[in-house]
Amino acid sequence: MRKLKEFIIEKLIFISGIASIFFVVLIFLFLLKEGLALFKICPPLQFIFGKSWYPISDPPQLGILPLIFGSVLVTVGAAVISIPIGVACAVFIAEVAPKKSKEFLKAGIELLAAIPSVVLGFIGMVTLVPWVKQVFHLPTGLTALSGSIMLAFMAMPTIVSIAEDALYSVPKMYKEAAFALGATHWQTIYRVILPAASSGILAAVMLGIGRVIGETMAVMMITGNAAVIPQSILQPVRTLTATIAAEMGEVVSGSEHYFALFAIGIVLFIISFAINVTADLFLHRKPK
Amino acid sequence: MKNPRRTQRIAFFCLFLATLFIVVPVGLIVIIIFQKGLPAMTWQFLTDVPRQGMRAGGIFPAIVGTLYLVSGAILFALPIGLLAAIYLSEYARESLLTRIIKLAIVNLSGVPSVVYGLFGLSLFVVFLKFGASILAGSLTLGIMILPIIITTSREAIETVPQTFREVSLSLGASKWQTIRHIVLPNAVPGILTGTILGLGRAAGETAPILFTVAAFYLPQLPRSLFDQAMALPYHLYVISTQVPNVDEKIRYGTALVLLVMVLFMNLIAIIIRSQIRKKKKW
Repeated sequence: MRKLKEFIIEKLIFISGIASIFFVVLIFLFLLKEGLALFKICPPLQFIFGKSWYPISDPPQLGILPLIFGSVLVTVGAAVISIPIGVACAVFIAEVAPKKSKEFLKAGIELLAAIPSVVLGFIGMVTLVPWVKQVFHLPTGLTALSGSIMLAFMAMPTIVSIAEDALYSVPKMYKEAAFALGATHWQTIYRVILPAASSGILAAVMLGIGRVIGETMAVMMITGNAAVIPQSILQPVRTLTATIAAEMGEVVSGSEHYFALFAIGIVLFIISFAINVTADLFLHRKPK
Repeated sequence: MKNPRRTQRIAFFCLFLATLFIVVPVGLIVIIIFQKGLPAMTWQFLTDVPRQGMRAGGIFPAIVGTLYLVSGAILFALPIGLLAAIYLSEYARESLLTRIIKLAIVNLSGVPSVVYGLFGLSLFVVFLKFGASILAGSLTLGIMILPIIITTSREAIETVPQTFREVSLSLGASKWQTIRHIVLPNAVPGILTGTILGLGRAAGETAPILFTVAAFYLPQLPRSLFDQAMALPYHLYVISTQVPNVDEKIRYGTALVLLVMVLFMNLIAIIIRSQIRKKKKW
Protein backbone atom coordinates (compact mmCIF):
# COMPACT_ATOMS: atom_id res chain seq x y z
CA MET A 1 0.00 0.00 0.00
CA ARG A 2 2.75 2.43 0.93
CA LYS A 3 4.63 1.39 -2.16
CA LEU A 4 1.65 2.31 -4.30
CA LYS A 5 1.25 5.69 -2.60
CA GLU A 6 4.90 6.52 -3.13
CA PHE A 7 4.71 5.35 -6.71
CA ILE A 8 1.85 7.77 -7.36
CA ILE A 9 3.61 10.62 -5.60
CA GLU A 10 6.80 10.07 -7.54
CA LYS A 11 4.87 10.06 -10.80
CA LEU A 12 3.22 13.34 -9.78
CA ILE A 13 6.63 14.80 -9.04
CA PHE A 14 7.90 13.75 -12.45
CA ILE A 15 4.86 15.19 -14.21
CA SER A 16 5.28 18.52 -12.41
CA GLY A 17 8.96 18.40 -13.30
CA ILE A 18 8.24 18.37 -16.99
CA ALA A 19 5.27 20.76 -16.65
CA SER A 20 7.48 23.72 -17.60
CA ILE A 21 8.30 22.16 -20.95
CA PHE A 22 4.61 21.44 -21.42
CA PHE A 23 3.64 25.06 -20.71
CA VAL A 24 6.28 26.56 -23.02
CA VAL A 25 5.10 24.31 -25.83
CA LEU A 26 1.47 25.06 -25.00
CA ILE A 27 2.07 28.82 -25.16
CA PHE A 28 3.79 28.52 -28.52
CA LEU A 29 1.09 26.22 -29.94
CA PHE A 30 -1.76 28.48 -28.92
CA LEU A 31 -0.02 31.54 -30.34
CA LEU A 32 0.51 29.63 -33.58
CA LYS A 33 -3.07 28.38 -33.60
CA GLU A 34 -4.45 31.92 -33.75
CA GLY A 35 -1.53 33.68 -35.40
CA LEU A 36 -0.81 31.43 -38.36
CA ALA A 37 -4.27 32.08 -39.77
CA LEU A 38 -3.03 35.55 -40.70
CA PHE A 39 -0.41 34.23 -43.08
CA LYS A 40 -3.10 32.73 -45.30
CA ILE A 41 -4.28 36.26 -46.01
CA CYS A 42 -1.11 38.27 -45.59
CA PRO A 43 2.30 36.71 -46.48
CA PRO A 44 4.87 36.78 -43.65
CA LEU A 45 7.28 39.08 -45.51
CA GLN A 46 4.56 41.62 -46.15
CA PHE A 47 3.58 41.38 -42.49
CA ILE A 48 7.09 41.98 -41.17
CA PHE A 49 8.30 44.51 -43.74
CA GLY A 50 5.02 46.29 -44.46
CA LYS A 51 5.41 49.99 -43.72
CA SER A 52 1.90 50.79 -42.60
CA TRP A 53 -0.15 49.56 -39.70
CA TYR A 54 -3.77 50.54 -40.38
CA PRO A 55 -5.61 47.54 -38.95
CA ILE A 56 -9.10 49.00 -39.17
CA SER A 57 -8.99 50.48 -42.65
CA ASP A 58 -10.63 48.50 -45.46
CA PRO A 59 -8.79 46.43 -46.55
CA PRO A 60 -6.64 46.43 -43.39
CA GLN A 61 -2.94 47.15 -43.83
CA LEU A 62 -1.02 44.97 -41.44
CA GLY A 63 2.66 45.85 -41.75
CA ILE A 64 4.49 45.79 -38.42
CA LEU A 65 7.69 47.53 -39.54
CA PRO A 66 6.73 50.78 -37.71
CA LEU A 67 6.07 48.77 -34.56
CA ILE A 68 9.39 46.94 -34.87
CA PHE A 69 11.14 50.29 -35.29
CA GLY A 70 9.28 51.60 -32.26
CA SER A 71 10.36 48.65 -30.12
CA VAL A 72 13.95 48.80 -31.37
CA LEU A 73 14.25 52.56 -30.83
CA VAL A 74 12.89 52.43 -27.28
CA THR A 75 15.02 49.37 -26.48
CA VAL A 76 18.25 50.85 -27.85
CA GLY A 77 17.60 54.04 -25.88
CA ALA A 78 16.98 52.07 -22.70
CA ALA A 79 20.08 49.92 -23.31
CA VAL A 80 22.32 52.98 -23.80
CA ILE A 81 21.16 54.33 -20.45
CA SER A 82 20.88 51.17 -18.41
CA ILE A 83 23.93 49.12 -19.44
CA PRO A 84 26.71 51.49 -18.31
CA ILE A 85 24.85 52.56 -15.18
CA GLY A 86 23.73 49.04 -14.32
CA VAL A 87 27.17 47.47 -14.75
CA ALA A 88 28.83 50.34 -12.85
CA CYS A 89 26.36 49.89 -10.00
CA ALA A 90 27.00 46.13 -9.97
CA VAL A 91 30.76 46.76 -9.72
CA PHE A 92 30.18 49.26 -6.93
CA ILE A 93 28.04 46.83 -4.94
CA ALA A 94 30.28 43.83 -5.53
CA GLU A 95 33.69 45.44 -5.04
CA VAL A 96 33.64 48.93 -3.58
CA ALA A 97 30.70 49.35 -1.21
CA PRO A 98 31.32 48.62 2.47
CA LYS A 99 29.59 45.52 3.75
CA LYS A 100 26.79 47.32 5.58
CA SER A 101 25.68 49.58 2.75
CA LYS A 102 25.94 46.61 0.40
CA GLU A 103 22.88 44.93 1.91
CA PHE A 104 21.03 48.23 1.89
CA LEU A 105 21.82 48.87 -1.76
CA LYS A 106 20.82 45.36 -2.76
CA ALA A 107 17.49 45.80 -0.99
CA GLY A 108 17.02 49.10 -2.85
CA ILE A 109 17.61 47.39 -6.19
CA GLU A 110 15.16 44.62 -5.25
CA LEU A 111 12.65 47.30 -4.33
CA LEU A 112 12.95 48.77 -7.82
CA ALA A 113 12.45 45.33 -9.35
CA ALA A 114 9.31 44.87 -7.28
CA ILE A 115 7.53 48.09 -8.30
CA PRO A 116 4.76 47.05 -10.73
CA SER A 117 5.24 48.35 -14.25
CA VAL A 118 1.88 50.10 -14.23
CA VAL A 119 2.99 52.13 -11.20
CA LEU A 120 6.23 53.09 -12.95
CA GLY A 121 4.19 54.02 -16.01
CA PHE A 122 1.91 56.19 -13.89
CA ILE A 123 4.85 57.93 -12.21
CA GLY A 124 6.44 58.43 -15.62
CA MET A 125 3.26 60.06 -16.87
CA VAL A 126 3.03 62.55 -14.06
CA THR A 127 6.72 63.39 -13.64
CA LEU A 128 8.93 62.41 -16.56
CA VAL A 129 6.57 63.19 -19.45
CA PRO A 130 5.97 66.88 -18.55
CA TRP A 131 9.70 67.23 -17.90
CA VAL A 132 10.67 65.87 -21.33
CA LYS A 133 8.09 68.11 -22.95
CA GLN A 134 9.46 71.20 -21.24
CA VAL A 135 13.18 70.49 -21.67
CA PHE A 136 13.00 69.70 -25.39
CA HIS A 137 10.18 72.18 -26.20
CA LEU A 138 7.99 69.48 -27.71
CA PRO A 139 4.27 69.48 -28.44
CA THR A 140 4.00 66.33 -26.33
CA GLY A 141 6.23 64.61 -23.80
CA LEU A 142 4.91 61.18 -24.76
CA THR A 143 8.00 60.19 -26.76
CA ALA A 144 10.35 57.31 -27.37
CA LEU A 145 12.84 59.07 -25.10
CA SER A 146 10.46 59.06 -22.13
CA GLY A 147 9.84 55.38 -22.75
CA SER A 148 13.58 54.67 -22.93
CA ILE A 149 14.30 56.40 -19.65
CA MET A 150 11.50 54.62 -17.81
CA LEU A 151 12.41 51.26 -19.32
CA ALA A 152 16.04 51.76 -18.38
CA PHE A 153 14.89 51.69 -14.77
CA MET A 154 13.09 48.42 -15.38
CA ALA A 155 16.15 46.83 -16.97
CA MET A 156 18.59 47.99 -14.30
CA PRO A 157 17.54 45.63 -11.48
CA THR A 158 18.00 42.63 -13.79
CA ILE A 159 21.36 43.87 -15.03
CA VAL A 160 22.64 44.80 -11.57
CA SER A 161 21.66 41.60 -9.80
CA ILE A 162 22.90 39.16 -12.45
CA ALA A 163 26.09 41.13 -13.14
CA GLU A 164 26.74 41.35 -9.39
CA ASP A 165 26.42 37.56 -9.11
CA ALA A 166 28.88 37.16 -11.97
CA LEU A 167 31.40 39.54 -10.37
CA TYR A 168 30.97 37.86 -7.01
CA SER A 169 31.71 34.41 -8.40
CA VAL A 170 35.11 35.42 -9.81
CA PRO A 171 37.61 33.36 -7.76
CA LYS A 172 39.25 35.29 -4.90
CA MET A 173 42.67 34.06 -6.07
CA TYR A 174 42.54 36.23 -9.19
CA LYS A 175 42.13 39.32 -7.08
CA GLU A 176 44.82 38.35 -4.61
CA ALA A 177 47.26 37.58 -7.41
CA ALA A 178 46.67 41.01 -8.96
CA PHE A 179 47.14 42.73 -5.60
CA ALA A 180 50.35 40.78 -5.03
CA LEU A 181 51.70 42.14 -8.31
CA GLY A 182 51.13 45.67 -7.02
CA ALA A 183 47.97 46.55 -8.91
CA THR A 184 45.58 49.03 -7.33
CA HIS A 185 42.04 47.93 -6.53
CA TRP A 186 40.67 49.76 -9.59
CA GLN A 187 43.31 48.26 -11.89
CA THR A 188 42.38 44.84 -10.55
CA ILE A 189 38.69 45.45 -11.19
CA TYR A 190 39.28 46.84 -14.64
CA ARG A 191 41.92 44.42 -15.90
CA VAL A 192 41.17 41.20 -13.99
CA ILE A 193 37.71 40.97 -12.46
CA LEU A 194 35.65 42.53 -15.27
CA PRO A 195 37.21 40.36 -18.01
CA ALA A 196 36.84 37.26 -15.84
CA ALA A 197 33.14 38.00 -15.30
CA SER A 198 32.50 39.12 -18.87
CA SER A 199 30.27 36.25 -19.97
CA GLY A 200 28.04 36.65 -16.91
CA ILE A 201 27.85 40.40 -17.48
CA LEU A 202 26.93 39.82 -21.11
CA ALA A 203 24.14 37.50 -20.00
CA ALA A 204 22.97 40.16 -17.52
CA VAL A 205 22.82 42.75 -20.30
CA MET A 206 20.91 40.41 -22.59
CA LEU A 207 18.34 39.51 -19.95
CA GLY A 208 17.94 43.20 -19.12
CA ILE A 209 17.27 43.94 -22.77
CA GLY A 210 14.87 41.01 -22.93
CA ARG A 211 12.92 42.54 -20.09
CA VAL A 212 12.77 45.88 -21.97
CA ILE A 213 11.51 44.38 -25.24
CA GLY A 214 8.75 42.51 -23.42
CA GLU A 215 7.68 45.41 -21.22
CA THR A 216 4.13 46.48 -21.93
CA MET A 217 2.26 48.71 -19.52
CA ALA A 218 4.77 51.46 -18.79
CA VAL A 219 5.62 51.68 -22.48
CA MET A 220 2.01 51.90 -23.52
CA MET A 221 1.37 54.68 -21.02
CA ILE A 222 4.27 56.97 -21.90
CA THR A 223 5.43 56.50 -25.49
CA GLY A 224 2.44 58.14 -27.16
CA ASN A 225 1.33 55.13 -29.23
CA ALA A 226 1.72 56.52 -32.75
CA ALA A 227 2.18 53.65 -35.20
CA VAL A 228 4.46 55.45 -37.65
CA ILE A 229 8.13 54.88 -38.45
CA PRO A 230 9.88 57.32 -36.09
CA GLN A 231 12.34 59.90 -37.43
CA SER A 232 13.87 60.77 -34.06
CA ILE A 233 13.82 59.66 -30.45
CA LEU A 234 11.77 62.73 -29.57
CA GLN A 235 8.72 61.46 -31.41
CA PRO A 236 5.87 59.29 -30.19
CA VAL A 237 6.27 55.63 -31.10
CA ARG A 238 4.32 52.46 -30.61
CA THR A 239 5.97 49.19 -29.65
CA LEU A 240 4.99 45.62 -30.51
CA THR A 241 3.86 44.92 -26.96
CA ALA A 242 1.81 48.10 -26.59
CA THR A 243 0.02 47.38 -29.86
CA ILE A 244 -1.23 44.04 -28.58
CA ALA A 245 -2.27 45.43 -25.22
CA ALA A 246 -3.99 48.50 -26.64
CA GLU A 247 -5.84 46.88 -29.53
CA MET A 248 -6.80 43.42 -28.34
CA GLY A 249 -9.63 44.83 -26.24
CA GLU A 250 -11.44 46.33 -29.22
CA VAL A 251 -10.73 43.78 -31.88
CA VAL A 252 -13.39 41.54 -33.44
CA SER A 253 -12.57 37.93 -32.57
CA GLY A 254 -11.62 36.01 -35.71
CA SER A 255 -10.88 39.09 -37.83
CA GLU A 256 -7.62 39.67 -39.67
CA HIS A 257 -6.69 42.24 -37.06
CA TYR A 258 -7.20 39.64 -34.30
CA PHE A 259 -4.92 37.14 -36.07
CA ALA A 260 -2.35 39.88 -36.70
CA LEU A 261 -2.11 40.66 -32.97
CA PHE A 262 -1.42 36.99 -32.28
CA ALA A 263 1.17 36.99 -35.06
CA ILE A 264 2.89 39.88 -33.24
CA GLY A 265 2.77 37.65 -30.17
CA ILE A 266 4.62 34.93 -32.12
CA VAL A 267 7.30 37.46 -33.10
CA LEU A 268 7.72 38.52 -29.45
CA PHE A 269 7.82 34.92 -28.26
CA ILE A 270 10.57 34.06 -30.76
CA ILE A 271 12.61 37.14 -29.82
CA SER A 272 12.41 36.37 -26.09
CA PHE A 273 13.16 32.69 -26.73
CA ALA A 274 16.30 33.59 -28.69
CA ILE A 275 17.49 36.07 -26.06
CA ASN A 276 16.92 33.70 -23.15
CA VAL A 277 18.55 30.68 -24.75
CA THR A 278 21.62 32.72 -25.74
CA ALA A 279 21.90 34.34 -22.30
CA ASP A 280 21.59 30.91 -20.70
CA LEU A 281 24.45 29.61 -22.85
CA PHE A 282 26.64 32.49 -21.67
CA LEU A 283 25.71 31.93 -18.03
CA HIS A 284 26.52 28.22 -18.13
CA ARG A 285 29.62 28.41 -20.24
CA LYS A 286 32.19 26.13 -18.70
CA PRO A 287 35.01 28.22 -17.20
CA LYS A 288 38.29 27.69 -19.00
CA MET B 1 52.73 60.46 -15.43
CA LYS B 2 49.39 58.92 -14.68
CA ASN B 3 48.71 58.51 -11.05
CA PRO B 4 46.98 55.15 -10.46
CA ARG B 5 45.72 56.23 -7.03
CA ARG B 6 43.98 59.24 -8.49
CA THR B 7 42.55 57.24 -11.36
CA GLN B 8 41.14 54.86 -8.79
CA ARG B 9 39.54 57.67 -6.79
CA ILE B 10 37.91 59.10 -9.92
CA ALA B 11 36.74 55.66 -11.07
CA PHE B 12 35.23 54.78 -7.70
CA PHE B 13 33.50 58.13 -7.59
CA CYS B 14 31.91 57.44 -10.99
CA LEU B 15 30.75 54.01 -9.81
CA PHE B 16 29.25 55.65 -6.74
CA LEU B 17 27.45 58.22 -8.91
CA ALA B 18 26.00 55.45 -11.07
CA THR B 19 24.68 53.72 -7.96
CA LEU B 20 23.13 56.94 -6.72
CA PHE B 21 21.55 57.37 -10.13
CA ILE B 22 19.57 54.18 -9.53
CA VAL B 23 18.89 54.37 -5.83
CA VAL B 24 17.83 58.03 -5.59
CA PRO B 25 15.05 57.85 -8.22
CA VAL B 26 13.72 54.67 -6.58
CA GLY B 27 13.57 56.48 -3.26
CA LEU B 28 11.94 59.49 -4.90
CA ILE B 29 9.29 57.37 -6.63
CA VAL B 30 8.32 55.71 -3.37
CA ILE B 31 8.33 59.01 -1.46
CA ILE B 32 6.22 60.83 -4.07
CA ILE B 33 3.61 58.08 -4.12
CA PHE B 34 3.41 57.98 -0.33
CA GLN B 35 3.27 61.76 -0.01
CA LYS B 36 0.54 62.31 -2.58
CA GLY B 37 -1.31 59.07 -1.97
CA LEU B 38 -1.64 59.20 1.82
CA PRO B 39 -4.23 62.01 1.85
CA ALA B 40 -6.53 59.73 -0.17
CA MET B 41 -6.32 56.95 2.42
CA THR B 42 -9.66 57.02 4.13
CA TRP B 43 -11.77 54.13 5.33
CA GLN B 44 -14.25 55.01 2.62
CA PHE B 45 -11.61 54.89 -0.15
CA LEU B 46 -10.62 51.37 0.87
CA THR B 47 -14.10 49.96 1.42
CA ASP B 48 -16.39 51.73 -1.05
CA VAL B 49 -17.14 50.92 -4.68
CA PRO B 50 -16.03 53.39 -7.39
CA ARG B 51 -18.67 56.05 -8.05
CA GLN B 52 -19.39 58.72 -10.67
CA GLY B 53 -17.55 56.92 -13.46
CA MET B 54 -14.60 56.15 -11.16
CA ARG B 55 -14.06 59.83 -10.32
CA ALA B 56 -15.17 59.35 -6.73
CA GLY B 57 -15.80 56.62 -4.22
CA GLY B 58 -13.33 53.88 -3.42
CA ILE B 59 -11.44 50.96 -4.86
CA PHE B 60 -12.81 48.07 -2.82
CA PRO B 61 -13.82 45.81 -5.76
CA ALA B 62 -10.36 46.23 -7.28
CA ILE B 63 -8.65 45.24 -4.02
CA VAL B 64 -10.89 42.20 -3.64
CA GLY B 65 -10.40 41.25 -7.30
CA THR B 66 -6.64 41.37 -6.95
CA LEU B 67 -6.77 39.26 -3.78
CA TYR B 68 -8.88 36.63 -5.55
CA LEU B 69 -6.57 36.56 -8.58
CA VAL B 70 -3.45 36.28 -6.47
CA SER B 71 -4.90 33.49 -4.32
CA GLY B 72 -6.03 31.60 -7.41
CA ALA B 73 -2.62 31.98 -9.05
CA ILE B 74 -0.79 30.68 -6.00
CA LEU B 75 -3.20 27.76 -5.48
CA PHE B 76 -2.37 26.68 -9.00
CA ALA B 77 1.35 27.45 -9.09
CA LEU B 78 2.53 26.41 -5.62
CA PRO B 79 1.81 22.64 -5.82
CA ILE B 80 3.17 22.29 -9.35
CA GLY B 81 6.13 24.56 -8.66
CA LEU B 82 7.05 22.81 -5.43
CA LEU B 83 6.82 19.32 -6.94
CA ALA B 84 8.84 20.50 -9.94
CA ALA B 85 11.50 21.86 -7.57
CA ILE B 86 11.57 18.52 -5.73
CA TYR B 87 11.96 16.73 -9.03
CA LEU B 88 14.85 18.94 -10.14
CA SER B 89 16.75 18.79 -6.86
CA GLU B 90 16.03 15.24 -5.66
CA TYR B 91 15.27 13.09 -8.68
CA ALA B 92 16.69 14.63 -11.87
CA ARG B 93 20.04 13.41 -13.12
CA GLU B 94 22.39 15.28 -15.41
CA SER B 95 20.63 14.49 -18.64
CA LEU B 96 19.28 16.08 -21.76
CA LEU B 97 15.78 16.09 -20.26
CA THR B 98 16.96 18.01 -17.20
CA ARG B 99 18.77 20.48 -19.41
CA ILE B 100 15.61 21.04 -21.44
CA ILE B 101 13.49 21.49 -18.30
CA LYS B 102 15.88 24.15 -17.03
CA LEU B 103 15.84 25.89 -20.38
CA ALA B 104 12.04 25.79 -20.40
CA ILE B 105 11.94 27.42 -16.95
CA VAL B 106 14.31 30.17 -18.12
CA ASN B 107 12.10 30.75 -21.13
CA LEU B 108 8.92 30.76 -19.12
CA SER B 109 10.34 33.56 -16.99
CA GLY B 110 11.37 35.49 -20.10
CA VAL B 111 8.10 35.38 -22.04
CA PRO B 112 6.73 38.96 -22.22
CA SER B 113 3.78 39.47 -19.89
CA VAL B 114 1.49 40.57 -22.72
CA VAL B 115 2.20 37.29 -24.53
CA TYR B 116 0.92 35.50 -21.41
CA GLY B 117 -2.19 37.60 -21.88
CA LEU B 118 -2.59 36.39 -25.48
CA PHE B 119 -1.98 32.81 -24.42
CA GLY B 120 -4.52 33.03 -21.60
CA LEU B 121 -7.03 34.53 -24.00
CA SER B 122 -6.68 31.84 -26.63
CA LEU B 123 -6.39 28.84 -24.28
CA PHE B 124 -8.53 29.60 -21.23
CA VAL B 125 -10.98 32.25 -22.41
CA VAL B 126 -11.69 30.99 -25.95
CA PHE B 127 -10.59 27.36 -26.29
CA LEU B 128 -11.65 26.07 -22.86
CA LYS B 129 -14.62 28.49 -22.86
CA PHE B 130 -13.98 29.89 -19.37
CA GLY B 131 -14.79 33.35 -20.74
CA ALA B 132 -13.12 36.41 -19.26
CA SER B 133 -13.16 35.21 -15.68
CA ILE B 134 -11.25 34.98 -12.42
CA LEU B 135 -10.46 31.36 -13.29
CA ALA B 136 -8.85 32.28 -16.63
CA GLY B 137 -6.92 35.20 -15.10
CA SER B 138 -5.67 33.17 -12.13
CA LEU B 139 -4.45 30.32 -14.31
CA THR B 140 -2.64 32.76 -16.63
CA LEU B 141 -0.97 34.49 -13.68
CA GLY B 142 -0.23 31.10 -12.13
CA ILE B 143 1.75 29.90 -15.15
CA MET B 144 3.55 33.24 -15.21
CA ILE B 145 4.81 32.96 -11.61
CA LEU B 146 5.67 29.26 -11.89
CA PRO B 147 9.37 29.91 -12.73
CA ILE B 148 9.81 32.14 -9.66
CA ILE B 149 8.39 29.47 -7.37
CA ILE B 150 10.39 26.63 -8.94
CA THR B 151 13.68 28.53 -8.84
CA THR B 152 13.42 29.74 -5.23
CA SER B 153 12.04 26.44 -3.89
CA ARG B 154 14.77 24.53 -5.63
CA GLU B 155 17.44 26.73 -4.08
CA ALA B 156 15.86 26.20 -0.67
CA ILE B 157 15.72 22.43 -1.08
CA GLU B 158 19.27 22.22 -2.35
CA THR B 159 20.69 24.05 0.65
CA VAL B 160 19.47 21.28 2.98
CA PRO B 161 22.69 19.36 3.67
CA GLN B 162 23.20 16.00 2.01
CA THR B 163 24.04 14.42 5.39
CA PHE B 164 20.44 14.99 6.59
CA ARG B 165 19.20 12.84 3.73
CA GLU B 166 21.84 10.17 4.28
CA VAL B 167 20.99 9.85 7.97
CA SER B 168 17.30 9.49 7.16
CA LEU B 169 17.91 6.93 4.42
CA SER B 170 20.27 4.95 6.64
CA LEU B 171 17.51 4.67 9.24
CA GLY B 172 15.43 2.87 6.65
CA ALA B 173 13.19 5.72 5.52
CA SER B 174 12.15 5.66 1.90
CA LYS B 175 13.10 8.40 -0.51
CA TRP B 176 9.70 10.06 -0.30
CA GLN B 177 9.62 9.79 3.52
CA THR B 178 13.01 11.48 3.59
CA ILE B 179 11.80 14.29 1.39
CA ARG B 180 8.51 14.67 3.24
CA HIS B 181 9.84 14.57 6.81
CA ILE B 182 13.45 15.74 6.54
CA VAL B 183 14.05 17.83 3.43
CA LEU B 184 10.83 19.84 3.12
CA PRO B 185 10.53 20.96 6.77
CA ASN B 186 14.06 22.34 6.58
CA ALA B 187 13.32 24.13 3.32
CA VAL B 188 10.05 25.77 4.39
CA PRO B 189 11.35 29.32 4.94
CA GLY B 190 12.98 29.37 1.51
CA ILE B 191 9.87 28.00 -0.16
CA LEU B 192 7.81 30.62 1.66
CA THR B 193 10.09 33.36 0.33
CA GLY B 194 9.55 32.17 -3.22
CA THR B 195 5.81 31.94 -2.72
CA ILE B 196 5.60 35.48 -1.39
CA LEU B 197 7.72 36.85 -4.22
CA GLY B 198 5.40 35.08 -6.64
CA LEU B 199 2.39 36.63 -4.90
CA GLY B 200 3.91 40.09 -5.24
CA ARG B 201 4.61 39.60 -8.91
CA ALA B 202 1.10 38.32 -9.61
CA ALA B 203 -0.46 41.23 -7.72
CA GLY B 204 1.38 43.84 -9.78
CA GLU B 205 1.08 42.48 -13.30
CA THR B 206 -1.41 44.10 -15.65
CA ALA B 207 -0.81 42.80 -19.15
CA PRO B 208 -1.71 39.13 -18.47
CA ILE B 209 -5.09 40.07 -16.99
CA LEU B 210 -6.04 42.64 -19.64
CA PHE B 211 -7.93 40.20 -21.83
CA THR B 212 -8.43 37.31 -19.44
CA VAL B 213 -10.33 38.78 -16.50
CA ALA B 214 -10.08 42.52 -15.95
CA ALA B 215 -13.30 44.50 -15.95
CA PHE B 216 -13.17 48.17 -16.83
CA TYR B 217 -15.84 49.14 -14.33
CA LEU B 218 -17.76 46.68 -12.19
CA PRO B 219 -19.08 48.19 -8.99
CA GLN B 220 -19.89 44.88 -7.34
CA LEU B 221 -17.96 41.93 -6.03
CA PRO B 222 -17.47 38.83 -8.17
CA ARG B 223 -19.68 35.96 -7.05
CA SER B 224 -18.10 32.97 -8.75
CA LEU B 225 -14.91 31.81 -10.41
CA PHE B 226 -16.49 32.52 -13.77
CA ASP B 227 -17.18 36.19 -13.08
CA GLN B 228 -15.09 39.05 -14.34
CA ALA B 229 -13.43 41.17 -11.71
CA MET B 230 -11.73 44.51 -11.33
CA ALA B 231 -8.06 44.43 -10.38
CA LEU B 232 -5.84 47.09 -8.83
CA PRO B 233 -3.13 47.38 -11.50
CA TYR B 234 -5.68 47.51 -14.32
CA HIS B 235 -7.78 50.00 -12.38
CA LEU B 236 -4.73 52.25 -12.01
CA TYR B 237 -4.11 51.99 -15.75
CA VAL B 238 -7.75 52.82 -16.51
CA ILE B 239 -8.04 55.85 -14.25
CA SER B 240 -4.71 57.27 -15.36
CA THR B 241 -5.14 56.90 -19.13
CA GLN B 242 -8.72 56.02 -20.10
CA VAL B 243 -10.90 58.19 -17.91
CA PRO B 244 -10.42 61.97 -18.14
CA ASN B 245 -10.62 64.32 -15.16
CA VAL B 246 -10.01 61.82 -12.40
CA ASP B 247 -8.90 63.56 -9.23
CA GLU B 248 -5.14 63.19 -8.84
CA LYS B 249 -5.67 62.09 -5.28
CA ILE B 250 -7.56 58.99 -6.40
CA ARG B 251 -4.84 58.05 -8.88
CA TYR B 252 -2.06 58.42 -6.33
CA GLY B 253 -4.17 56.65 -3.73
CA THR B 254 -4.68 53.65 -6.02
CA ALA B 255 -0.97 53.59 -6.87
CA LEU B 256 -0.16 53.71 -3.16
CA VAL B 257 -2.43 50.78 -2.25
CA LEU B 258 -0.92 48.68 -5.05
CA LEU B 259 2.63 49.67 -4.16
CA VAL B 260 2.15 48.97 -0.45
CA MET B 261 0.64 45.56 -1.22
CA VAL B 262 3.57 44.57 -3.43
CA LEU B 263 6.33 46.09 -1.31
CA PHE B 264 4.88 44.60 1.87
CA MET B 265 5.11 41.11 0.38
CA ASN B 266 8.64 41.71 -0.84
CA LEU B 267 9.64 43.07 2.55
CA ILE B 268 8.36 39.93 4.28
CA ALA B 269 10.30 37.80 1.79
CA ILE B 270 13.49 39.79 2.41
CA ILE B 271 13.06 39.49 6.19
CA ILE B 272 12.46 35.73 6.08
CA ARG B 273 15.52 35.33 3.91
CA SER B 274 17.81 37.30 6.18
CA GLN B 275 16.46 35.33 9.15
CA ILE B 276 17.36 32.07 7.45
CA ARG B 277 20.84 33.31 6.72
CA LYS B 278 21.35 34.33 10.34
CA LYS B 279 19.87 31.24 11.94
CA LYS B 280 21.18 28.58 9.61
CA LYS B 281 21.90 25.60 11.81
CA TRP B 282 24.36 23.94 9.49
